[in-house]
Amino acid sequence: MSEGRDKAAFEQRLKAAEQAAEGPKRDAAESDAGSARRAIELAMRLGVEMVAAMVIAVVIGWGLDKLFHTTPWLMILMVPVGMVAGLRNLLRASGDKTGG
Amino acid sequence: MAGPTIDALGQFTLTTGLGGLGRAVNFTNSNEAMLGAAVVVVLVFALGLRSRALVPGRTQSLVELLYEFVRNMCVDTIGEEGLRFFPLVFTIFSFILLGNLIGLFPYFFAFTSHIAVTLTLALFVFVFSTGVGFYTHGFKFLKFFVPSGVPSWLLPLLVPIEIISYLSRPVSLSVRLFANMTAGHVMWEVFAGFMLLLTASFGVLGAFASVVPLGLNVALAALELLVAGLQAYVFAILTCLYLHDAVHMH
Repeated sequence: MSEGRDKAAFEQRLKAAEQAAEGPKRDAAESDAGSARRAIELAMRLGVEMVAAMVIAVVIGWGLDKLFHTTPWLMILMVPVGMVAGLRNLLRASGDKTGG
Repeated sequence: MAGPTIDALGQFTLTTGLGGLGRAVNFTNSNEAMLGAAVVVVLVFALGLRSRALVPGRTQSLVELLYEFVRNMCVDTIGEEGLRFFPLVFTIFSFILLGNLIGLFPYFFAFTSHIAVTLTLALFVFVFSTGVGFYTHGFKFLKFFVPSGVPSWLLPLLVPIEIISYLSRPVSLSVRLFANMTAGHVMWEVFAGFMLLLTASFGVLGAFASVVPLGLNVALAALELLVAGLQAYVFAILTCLYLHDAVHMH
């Protein structure tokens, strides 16, 4: 009986000591490191996102032009679409959840 | 021009590996590096998990750290269903990580610096995640390209944008990894060639001056180590993100 109470008291003291020692500080440091990692990850991703959408759009336009013999026009039409798709990629990559 | 020249792209040339047998079946040095990466992963895991101690030793902690890292990435990004895709994500992550790291050593080949390799990996991820989307949602997955809550007269404009944005995924995924690895190795080669050029042009004075590019290369090695890990991580987390989109549609 007394053994069980000792154990409970010990657990309580252990928890209190743990919290006092490193509770809030460690959390802050961890979230700081997390946000830094996210920022680096984002920086590594963003550069290519816009260009990739542009390339795909122009290739699709070029292919459709070949198909329908309308040479520059569909490609020209696809350029703004590709730009917008690139911006869409950027917004999505930077964590915009609206309608994404 | 006489003397040494800088051949920055020569290091990416494919040659045959494994001697005569490799020449007969077109087994390249790139394939050698891939095989090496796979063997290293399997060996490290076999060694680390040999003892299965409750309190892990060094190799076992390394293995467990990697496992938990990727597992948390899967669960955090995809959700509880993410565990189904854990083997795939972990394979991709460890393969690319080891490929990047092996490529950092002198005389070793960085197979992730070839777009043929990264595009194959990215196309596999793309086709697989699209397949998962159709498998989970059937033809309702096509709704992924129709943003919700916009007036219907905007849809003819928005649907092509969404489709192009979706199709650009494998391009950005592959080009990012390929460009980062290639750029790093080219920079190394250029600085190293610069040391030779300095020595050839200015003699002893140039040899002393070439301490500067040497120092830059040492600093670059640290940066490349970071990039190697980070690019493997980015590739893996983007795989998770695409699988998340396929499973949850948004």
